This record gives sequence, structure tokens and C-alpha cells, in this order.
Amino acid sequence: MNNHQSKKKDVRKAGLLSLIPGFGQIYNGQILKGLLFLLITAIFLIELVTVGVPAFQGFFTLGTVPIRDHSLFLLVKGTLQLIITFVFLMVVLLSISDARQVAKQQNLFGSVNYSVSSMLKNVWERGFPYLLTFPAYFIMLFVIVFPVLVTLFMAFTNYDFYHIPPTKLIDWVGLKNFTNMFFLSSYRATFVTVLGWTIIWTILATTGQIALGIITAVVTNQKFIVGKRIFRIIFLLPWAIPAFVTIMSFSNMFNDSIGAINQQVLTLVNYLPFVHISDIPWKTDPFWTKTALLMIQTWLGFPYVFVMVTGVLQSIPDDLYEAANIDGANFLQKFTKITLPMILFATAPVFITQYTFNFNNFSIIYLFNSGGPGDVGGGAGSTDILISWIYKLTTGTSPQYAIASAITIVISIIVISISLITFKKTHAFNHEEMM
Amino acid sequence: MKHFIINQKINKFFNRFFTYLFLIVLSVIILYPLLITVQSAFNVSNLAAFALDTHMKWTLDNFHQLFTQSLYLTWFKNTMLIVILTMVIQVIIVTLAGYTYSRYRFKGRKNGLIFFLIIQMVPTMAALTAFFVLGLIINGLDQYWYLTMVYVGGGIPMNTWLMKGYFDTIPRDLDESARIDGAGHLRILCQINLPLAMPMIAVQALWAFMGPFGDYLLAAFLLRSPENMTVAVGLQQFIANPTNQNVSMFAAGSFLISIPIVILFLFLQRYFKSGLTAGGTKG
Repeated sequence: MNNHQSKKKDVRKAGLLSLIPGFGQIYNGQILKGLLFLLITAIFLIELVTVGVPAFQGFFTLGTVPIRDHSLFLLVKGTLQLIITFVFLMVVLLSISDARQVAKQQNLFGSVNYSVSSMLKNVWERGFPYLLTFPAYFIMLFVIVFPVLVTLFMAFTNYDFYHIPPTKLIDWVGLKNFTNMFFLSSYRATFVTVLGWTIIWTILATTGQIALGIITAVVTNQKFIVGKRIFRIIFLLPWAIPAFVTIMSFSNMFNDSIGAINQQVLTLVNYLPFVHISDIPWKTDPFWTKTALLMIQTWLGFPYVFVMVTGVLQSIPDDLYEAANIDGANFLQKFTKITLPMILFATAPVFITQYTFNFNNFSIIYLFNSGGPGDVGGGAGSTDILISWIYKLTTGTSPQYAIASAITIVISIIVISISLITFKKTHAFNHEEMM
Repeated sequence: MKHFIINQKINKFFNRFFTYLFLIVLSVIILYPLLITVQSAFNVSNLAAFALDTHMKWTLDNFHQLFTQSLYLTWFKNTMLIVILTMVIQVIIVTLAGYTYSRYRFKGRKNGLIFFLIIQMVPTMAALTAFFVLGLIINGLDQYWYLTMVYVGGGIPMNTWLMKGYFDTIPRDLDESARIDGAGHLRILCQINLPLAMPMIAVQALWAFMGPFGDYLLAAFLLRSPENMTVAVGLQQFIANPTNQNVSMFAAGSFLISIPIVILFLFLQRYFKSGLTAGGTKG
């Protein structure tokens, strides 16, 4: 049928020609597709010449004349241009792989899609997965990748309250922020203190909510309980109510002088024999603020674990326990040998995300007591975790954007490596190979 | 033998006693702070004490004040608009992407998603300025669509991953037989897979709904004028100043904003088990 297509296409040539997207397709005889790719290339080139080149120039110099050049805008525009260029490179790769594939197909079958309708059909068939994921990728590029890139670049500048554009220029300073962070005594001291509390906070708060969640799920799952539904609904409430509402309410309740905890709870507790607790300085003593924060986070976070573990418990077959009963296992043995391993096996990856969540749990620290009380240097309060310290560094009266970015980069590297290792160990990414 | 049975009965009694004790104590710990907030919303006095009042006087004055002396109704409307927009857009995007990752093999599939899962662990706190400048450039500052896009983007990676996990549990045989019968991509998606994925879609919708609801930081940063604020930012102002707190209005506002979300939550919670375990345990 396609006799005129008998001569062979050179696959390599098709690929090489597609370095300029469109030429490879035209070589293959797919004129319309080629023109489409050429159109995209032309648009990109025009964009590059009119907007892109100045953007890259600005990105490298970060401006030369104060007032006229706004360094921050130049940095942001340069980053956006980088993303646009990256997207175009992806188009180039797509065009090369498409041209090679079509050329191979022609050599094998001697046929090619010429008509508009067959081309559209082909795009629909082969491009369907790209079409469906396009919106996700598009938004993620600008909402996730863009700010991370800007943070990365800012970490290598001197952007702080001495260099606020447009009256002052920002400059590239290389690794200075990182060396300052580790070798300048004032920053290092704050960094170590804040990092220490962040780690303690993450471990205690998360373990607390996981432990309470598991215990509650196991206790509530017993068959004889009357009113199980009501208890389950009550235990869901801390999750259902918006966290900012409860944190702000708790912030009021833990008020040193007028809060419910000192006024009512402690008064009630003191009715117990041999107990006498005087008012506790919840908001003014670092130790008690930390205690309050841990209690509140356990309260807030356990329902999620509770719901998930309940789901797992209901899927554990009864005969496992019956067999254990016959073997004479007691409650504790059944729990540690059957229940707990089953729970941990099923939910370990989700528990890891709970740890990373608390590592970055800004709301509770900031809304409860603004990271206070007191000051541990570098603008950080005694209950500030890294994330809320970064917030203070970037929003305070004397902002330190560059240092904040450098800290962000360092903690990101820590968090990402830990998560990657644990995810690898729990095989969360690998299960799909089994399909 | 008799001794053994008595022993078992005592054991049983203690087990039940401590079980109920645990359940009741935990319930009290959960309900106590919530009751304080609810009660403060309806209590007549604006005493500074934030505690359970044993002889309170019921009133709706706090709500009246809230509606007339603050922009609460506007904030509420703003929040609802942003939250519903976020929910609709995010659920559509995440469902499509999760389905694609589960059913199709294409270039850049695995690395693409893992890349974004990793990248989103970087805290964007330091890049708030970047969002601010980007907002200035594309004229998105103080605009709902811009904040909505930021919310949607942040929720995509993790939720797509969970969605993919759920689609993985739906047997592919159904797709195959439909394809043999001549069904196209869209028909397989809409008529076979979407109905089966409804429980997970419900859970996703709830999470997409709750995320922006509880956010304080981004809303405070990207929405600048008082009439554009969300409830979280507005309420914080009532109690931000320690010397001049308006606890009653805060409580009334908190009560009102919590009602819709709690109802929705309890209504959708029957989907949790399937949604959480399928998506969560598998990856």
C-alpha cells in the first residue's frame, strides 16, 4: 500500500535533526507535527531573546545600579527563566525520542501517520498519560520547584537587612553563609540549641502521638465495649476541628494567671490527698512551655494514628489470636508478638511522614507561644524549632534572608536523607515492582 | 478448676474497669478544652478567665458582636471560597495524576513523582519572599486564585502517591475486558475506575478541604487587606494582643468555623478505613 515509503529512514539522523524540535518530524514526513514542534521552538526562541537573555544577565550580576535594578526581582526572574528553559529542554528530548521512534516504525512497517485525524488519534493514544499529568506537573513546577530554587540561590547571596533592594544591591557571596553558620560562634550556638530542641521535639511529640494512638486503638477495639461508636467519634474530634482553633484555645487555657489549667485543673487535682501543686509558669518557663507543647501535640496528633491502626486491627485475622490462646499466650505476649508487628508492618511509612510533619510543625510552635519564652540568641526563642526560627529570621524587624535560606538547605538535606534511607528500608517505593 | 474460673472473672472485671476508665478519662481530656471554647462562645461575660464556668448565662451577643463589629462574615465567605476552590481543583488533578501513575507506563513516570515527593520536603518558609515577589510579578498578591494555586501545588505529591496506591488495588482485569469491548481511555477511566475509587476520592476531598482551612501562615502572608483575610488570620487578631484579648469573640468565631468541618468529617469518616489503609499501608 505504502510503496512510495519503501526507502529506509535513518533513525540516528531523525534523532539528530530533532535537536531543533520539528526538523526530525519533517524528515520523517510528518509535516504537521513538525510544524507544531517548530512553532514551540520559535516561541521559546523569541521569548529567550526578548525576556530570557536579559533575565539570565540580571541573574548573574544581580543588578549594577541601586534603585534602577531590583536584585530580588532579578533573582526571581532568572529562576523563572531557568524553569522555562528546563521545560523547553524537555520538549527537545520528547521531540528526539518521538522522531527516533517514528523513524523506526517506518522502517519496520513502512507506514506513517500523514493525515490530521490519524495524527490526532496518535497524540491521544500515546500522549494520554502526559495529558493527564500535565496540570500536576505544571503547578508543581511553580509552587514546589520554584520556591526551592529561589531558596537555594538565596543561600549563596548576602540578602539581609543591610542589603534590602531596591536601595541596596544583593551580591553573590559563595559559601559564606554556610561557613558563618558553622564557624561564627553566635550563629553556631543558636543553630545547635535550636536543632537540639527540634530533634527532641520531633521524637517525643511524634512518638507520643503514635503511642497514644496505638494504645487507644487497641483498647477501643475490644469487643465488649458499650457505646463504642460514641467513643470513636469523641476520639476523632481533635483531628476534625481545625488545628489553629484548638492551638489558640490551648494557648488561652495555659495562660499563667487566668488560664483554665492553672485556675481549674490544678485546683481540682489539689483536692486529691497528699497532692499540692502551685501555679505552673506555662508560658514563662521554657521547660513548662515545652511540656505543654508536647502534651498538646499528642492530643492533636493521636486521632490520625488511632483511625489508621483501627483499620489495621480489624484486618488481623482472629485465628492468629485463637492459636495464641491455645498456646497459652497472655495479653502482653499477644500484643508484642502479633498486634504490634502487624501494625508497624502496615503503617511504618505513614509513621515516618508523621516525624517529618512534626519536624516542620510550624503552627503549634508559633501559635501557642510564638516560640517564646525568652531568647537563645540569633532571634530564636527557647521553644523555637528550626522552621519557626527561619520564619522569624525572614519576617522580623531585621530580616536575615540569606542565613535563613542556608539553614533551610542544611535541614532539607538532613530531612531528605533520613526519609530516603527509611523509605528505602521500609520498601515504600519498591512495592510496585512486584506488580 | 473453680479457683481458675474465679481468677478469670476477677481478671475480666479488672480489664473492663481499666478499659472504661481509660476511655472515660481520655474522653474528658478531649472534651474539656472543647467545652471551654464552646461555652465561652455562648457565655455572657467577657471575663478574661478562659475556664469552664459553672454558672454561666447563655447569650448570643458574642455572635451578634462578631457579625457587626468585625469582618467575620467576609472572612468566612473568603475561607469557604478558597477552600472549595482548592478542594475541587486538587481532587481533579490528583485523581487524574494518580490514575495515570497507576495504569500507564511512560517515560519519566517513576522518577517524576519521587522527585516531587522529595523536593516537597524542603520547607518553603524561607521562600515566602519568593512567593511574595512571584505574586507581585504575576499580579497575584491579595488574590484568592494565587493562594489557591499555592495550596493545590503543595498537596499534589503526597496525595497523588496515596491516590496511586488506591488505584493499584483496583484490579486491572476490568480495564482489560473493557478495552477488548472497545472502550477508550476516557470510558475506562470514567465508567470503571472512578466509581470504584469513590471512597479514596472522598478522603482526598476532605483532606484538600481541611488543609487550607487550618493554614495560618500562607494566608497571613499572601492576603494583605483585612477584607480579604481568612478566618484563621482574622481570629488570631482577636487574641494576638495579650493585654487586649477578645476571648468571647474568638470563641464564637472558632465555634462557627468548626461546625461545617466537623459535620463533613463525621459524615465522611466511614470512608476513612478503606481510604487510609489502602493508600497508606501500601506506600
